[in-house]
Parts: sequence; structure tokens; C-alpha cells
Amino acid sequence: MSKNYYDAADLRKFGKISEWNEELGAKFFDYYRKVFEEGALTAREKSLIALAVAHTEQCPYCIDAYTKDGLQKGITKEEMMEAIHVGAAIKSGATLVHGVQMMNIVNKLEM
Amino acid sequence: MKKSLKARNNDIANTQRQLEILSNGIFKKGDLPTFAEKISETKQFPLRPKKLEILQINLGYMCNQVCEHCHVDAGPDRNEIMTLETMQQCLKVIKMTAAHTLDLTGGAPEMNPNFRWFVEEASKVGIKDFIVRSNLTIIKANKKYHDLPEFFKKHKVHVVSSLPHYTKGKTDKQRGDGVFDKSIAALKSLNEVGYGMQNSDLKLDLVYNPSGAFLPGNQQALEQDFKKALKTDFDISFHNLFAITNLPISRFLDYLIASENYEDYMTALVDAYNPAAVANVMCTNTISVSWDGFLYDCDFNQMLNLKVASKIQHISYYQEELLQNRNIVINQHCYGCTAGAGSSCQGVVA
Repeated sequence: MSKNYYDAADLRKFGKISEWNEELGAKFFDYYRKVFEEGALTAREKSLIALAVAHTEQCPYCIDAYTKDGLQKGITKEEMMEAIHVGAAIKSGATLVHGVQMMNIVNKLEM
Repeated sequence: MKKSLKARNNDIANTQRQLEILSNGIFKKGDLPTFAEKISETKQFPLRPKKLEILQINLGYMCNQVCEHCHVDAGPDRNEIMTLETMQQCLKVIKMTAAHTLDLTGGAPEMNPNFRWFVEEASKVGIKDFIVRSNLTIIKANKKYHDLPEFFKKHKVHVVSSLPHYTKGKTDKQRGDGVFDKSIAALKSLNEVGYGMQNSDLKLDLVYNPSGAFLPGNQQALEQDFKKALKTDFDISFHNLFAITNLPISRFLDYLIASENYEDYMTALVDAYNPAAVANVMCTNTISVSWDGFLYDCDFNQMLNLKVASKIQHISYYQEELLQNRNIVINQHCYGCTAGAGSSCQGVVA
């Protein structure tokens, strides 16, 4: 076993999760494939959303997978970086909007 | 401008060295199956030709560009050029072949001094689809090439041109500074004479190949993106986009090794192996002729100097029936044509 918690080679083994629960694994991968098909959103748009979420989730496997997927789809590095900023803006906004909760409590408790 | 691997005396310019790299390492260790082992799994070994459809002729390795990924290792310093005598031998074959497509490539085929004579003569034969692979920038490279769009039109040539991306950054990175602007200007010139326009029988197709160590995405989706961007940004029209996978040979192999991407790239190709693509790979319906008249299963085998496994190995002895009775020569680079939806000079195959 690798001494690192994350190993890039493990991404290729993702499918193996089905070996220990075939039914749920198959359901998950069917759902996953379906989600990324062209629909109301293009596969290109979905790839950029996935890349942004991969960053907010800080999943190195997902970042690897969706950076490569973006390159394959002809997405430029500028578009990728903008997508990550969207994720970062929501992430930081989600943190900062809780500041209102802090302010409410302070206002309620302070004289 | 950069020099070719050959002019730089780079180790990879040696085809034997390339074959050693492709045959050893991860494949010899057994980490990945060889291409022969892989196609044996679906009983497709040995690979055999089907009906001959395409005669692809390489007019020489000279080119006005030195692209980072070029499998030909073409460039201005390459002086391998097809002679008039070999062209005459090719013409004899064009007149008797069962192939419906003639595909002229290079280098920049237009740089061959006898290019126009050859196109004029070959177009008289009445072959169904007459392709010239033009790198676009040659049209703007020198005054003597400025009338190429008119020349192509006169001979009803089907123009197939490389454009790795609809943005300047990605295109210039792969093909050299200034290539994008010249390519756009050349595409406009082709559109002006009627090439690539809706309902026009003057066919203009583009070739997309990834600008790095990754595989091409969905051809149809890429075509839509290219059409939208080129129309919106430059008012340029074209017919089809062919998405082609970069094969791990020559300059692209050199890049893969230097950037430490070789093993990951080969793994990606093997992981994306699609047995359905094997049935339609281009070596099954193509004969590739080199500048010096030798015969190959495809352009990639030509660059690896892997001649056809036949008694007939030169255009001067061409006998189609005998040639068709051969096994196709394969190696690990062939995974490039069977990944995902497959890849050929005409785009996806599966």
C-alpha cells in the first residue's frame, strides 16, 4: 500500500469499487454516465461545472480527471480558471454570508 | 524557427530507436499489453486489409512550418521530395487503382516543385475524391502560393487543413508563432473562392488534433464549437472537422518523453482501446506511398520505416491484388488509431 493518502494511479482503479458492491457500484456509474451526457446543458458546460466543483471539493482525482476532460473538449485554460473562480466565489461567499449570523448574534448579545 | 529532429541529430529521428522505445519499457515489463496481444483478445490478429479505398501519396517532408507534434518531422530543412519520375509512376497507379480517394500529403505538398503538374495530371483521371492536405499558412507564405485557392478550385480539389484550435494561443503553441493569423487569412481566401460554404461542392474540412498529451474529445461537439467560434469571430465557414489522435511517434514521441508524459499517454491510449475501431482503422483501406515511392500500410508506418509486408514494396512494381494479400504491420503506436472513437486521416472510425 502506498504511504501517501492520495495516489494518482488510484484514479484508474475507481471502477473497482463495484467489486465490493456490484449493485450499488453499477447504479452509481450508470447515474454518473447519464449525468454527463449532452442534455439541456452541453457536455462542455457540464465539464466546466465538474471542474469548479472538483476544486471546491478539493478532490485531486476529480481535478485530474476534469482538467484532462476539459482539454479533450477544447476548453481553454482561461475558461478553466474562470470556472474555478466561480467555485471559489461561491465557496468564499458561502463563508462570508455566515458573517451575517455572527453579526446577528453579536448585535443580540452586546449592549 | 526550430529545426527538425533529423537536423538536430536527435536520437528520436532514428526510426529504429523509436521502435525500441515503443517495444520496450511498460510493454516489455507487461504493465500494458502490446497491440498484437490486445487485438488478439478479439481475434483480430493478424490485421488484414479490406477493400482498398484510399491511395495516400506523400510528396515530400519539406514544410514551411515546424509543428511541435509533427509525426513526419517535417520542416524547411527536410529535402526529401518526390521526383517527377516517381510522380509518373504514381500516375500510372492512379489510373488503374480501385481506390476512390487520392490523398496528397507532406510536409507541405505544395512545396514540391512539380506539385501543380501532378495535380493537373491526376485530376484528369477522374478519381472520385481528390484530397490535398494543406497546412493553410503555405497559401500566405509566399506570393507564388497566393493563387492556390483558385488552383484548387480549378481542379476541384478537396482541401483538408489542420487547425488545432479556434484560439490563437493554442494554435500558435503547437504550430508556431503567427500560424493562427496566417491560417485565418488563408481560410478567408478559401471561403472567398467558394470553399467550405454551405451547399458548395468545393469541400473544405479541418483537422483538429490535441495540442498536448491528451486525447481528442467528441468529434461532433468539437466541430460545433469550431464552427460557432470561427463564424462568430472571423466569419469563416468550413464543412467537417476531423478529430485526430496524436500518435506516439517522431516529434510527438520526443515531446512525450521530454515532458515525462510518455507512460501516462500510452496508458491513456490503452485504457481507451476500442475493439470496434479496429475493424475500420485506416490501414485496412489505405496504401501510403512515400516521397521515394515505397509502400506502407499508413502514413505513420511510413514515418517509422515499416514497409508493407509484401513482395511488392515499391510503386514501380505496384500490383494491387498481390498487395491486398498481406498482413498489416503493427506496433504499439497503433493504439493511437483505436482509442475512443478511433482515429484516421478522415477522423473518427467507430
